[in-house]
Amino acid sequence: MKVLSAEGEVALKEVDAVIAAPTAAQVSLRRLRRLKWGLAAAAILLLIVGSAVLAPWLAPFDPLAVNIRHRLAPPAWLEGGTPQHLLGTDQIGRDLLSRMIFGGRVSLIVGVASVMISASLGVLLGLTAGYFGGRVDWTVMTLVNVTLTFPFVLLALAVIAVLGPSLTNMIFVLGIAGWPIYTRVIRAETMALREREFIVAARALGMSHARIMLGQILPNLVSAITVIGTLQVAQVIILESFLSFLGLGIQPPTPAWGNMLGEGRVYMLNSWWIAASPGAAIFITTLVINLMGNALRDWLDPHMKL
Amino acid sequence: MKRYVLRQLVQLVVVIIGISILSFGILYVLGDPVLLLLPQNAGKEEYERYHRLLGLDKPLYVQYWKFASKAVQGDFGKSWYADTPAFRLVLERMPPTLYLTSAGLVTALLIALPLGILAALKRHSFLDNLCTMIAVAGQAVPIFWLGIMLIIIFAVRLKALPASGYGTWQHFLMPAFCLGAFLAPITMRLVRSGVVEVMNMEFIKTARAKGVGERMVVIKHAFRNACIPVITVLGLQFGQLLGGAIVTETVFAWPGVATLAVDSIRNQDFPVVQCSVVLLALLIVSINFVVDMIVALIDPRIRVGA
Repeated sequence: MKVLSAEGEVALKEVDAVIAAPTAAQVSLRRLRRLKWGLAAAAILLLIVGSAVLAPWLAPFDPLAVNIRHRLAPPAWLEGGTPQHLLGTDQIGRDLLSRMIFGGRVSLIVGVASVMISASLGVLLGLTAGYFGGRVDWTVMTLVNVTLTFPFVLLALAVIAVLGPSLTNMIFVLGIAGWPIYTRVIRAETMALREREFIVAARALGMSHARIMLGQILPNLVSAITVIGTLQVAQVIILESFLSFLGLGIQPPTPAWGNMLGEGRVYMLNSWWIAASPGAAIFITTLVINLMGNALRDWLDPHMKL
Repeated sequence: MKRYVLRQLVQLVVVIIGISILSFGILYVLGDPVLLLLPQNAGKEEYERYHRLLGLDKPLYVQYWKFASKAVQGDFGKSWYADTPAFRLVLERMPPTLYLTSAGLVTALLIALPLGILAALKRHSFLDNLCTMIAVAGQAVPIFWLGIMLIIIFAVRLKALPASGYGTWQHFLMPAFCLGAFLAPITMRLVRSGVVEVMNMEFIKTARAKGVGERMVVIKHAFRNACIPVITVLGLQFGQLLGGAIVTETVFAWPGVATLAVDSIRNQDFPVVQCSVVLLALLIVSINFVVDMIVALIDPRIRVGA
């Protein structure tokens, strides 16, 4: 008996084409393509990190050197620009390219350092919550919920206003605030791992809880932590630059992309380039970090859902 | 359902208590309000007198109890600058913030819903890849930079829109777009994965096998089910949205709670800071609660599984 009309069959076929699961070859092809993007991103990131590390040798000028005679010079390719100052100069004649190169140091240091703090904190709490379950889990998850509902930007601003703006305070504040995302993922993974045979075996062997958590469970979570950590560096960089932009982060005259953007905002009516290039730097850096994070995820664990 | 609501309510109360402890901590643990209030040359006696006057000599839990019982009645103390209750100052600024967040949310949905659904239905097509690329790039754009660039283009160059302020619908366009562009990428990706997941379910195949037209399948069967993850995510994103609103408000000088809070942080006007942090956090918590309830109403699995 023919159940489907010819029309229905055609429709089903089309539909099948739409939802058909990709073949293994397609999947690996796609992974390779994304990996290629990731490699390109990693190369650009290496360039950015390299120029930040080698800033004193690469920068054409002292980033703090004032030269009033050459103030507000546009970038070299615009009318009135000089090849001497490739990206132009700011309101007191400091070379923008040099400030950009030095500014990257702040963003990268703050990004990496505070991610390390929040990752250690979040992973430890997530392991404990997932491993012990019950009341411990409830307490930790309530803490996560409280932190997630807090208007974090305001909290960071308030804490920095009280403690005073400095590099260490900024790393501390951003590090303390970022932990819940690690805890949520690590907790779920730990709960799944807890039931596996090798953990039961470890317990039967008489291993301590700490040894099971750190020695048996943690190594299985390294790829997840790496991926979240990478993606979080980008988030922290954006937040750091926003704090500096508001004048509550890295203080002038120390160059940071955020405070350059904040200073440039005042002059945007006539000298848009002062604000444009640090913004572009933040954008490109976060973009390549995100691309690299996505590629890392595909590479380390194609099944991971984030 | 009753048990589920009850459990969520308990969680809600606990989170609110957590928020009150945190915001209490901002003022009393991190800084010494007496030092901030008194002139620098004040003597030791005067310091002691103010210390007692503010009740700072009492144990911490007594101080917290006093703060919390007053806060419940909407009494956060008077602003240290303007001679008005902090609560009234913050409430006055609430409507602009709410309008901005709603406008941003609507903008984000207008971009994310159609693109996300289209991308999911035409998986791995050119359109899908393009959307993914735009989303990845969009997530890396710092919105304060986007805001400044919008001001430069539309207000300074084209003179088409007001650069900042509040009042007419023209004032809404740039901030709403800015906030929408901030939220749209992540929303689009979540809509896409929600729809993809639903399209692979058995009941979609059943509907197709019954001979239901493809359009009806998408509208009636797929979309309604895809709404569940989308609504959940949007609720969770509300915290993010408010964070974005804080940034947007400061860039466009929008007279909302966030600009008030940032100004108060600069002036170290702590009652106002505390009050705005608490009210914003309460807003996020209550919206999350409502979203949980809506999702539980649509999706029986959640209330039964709980």
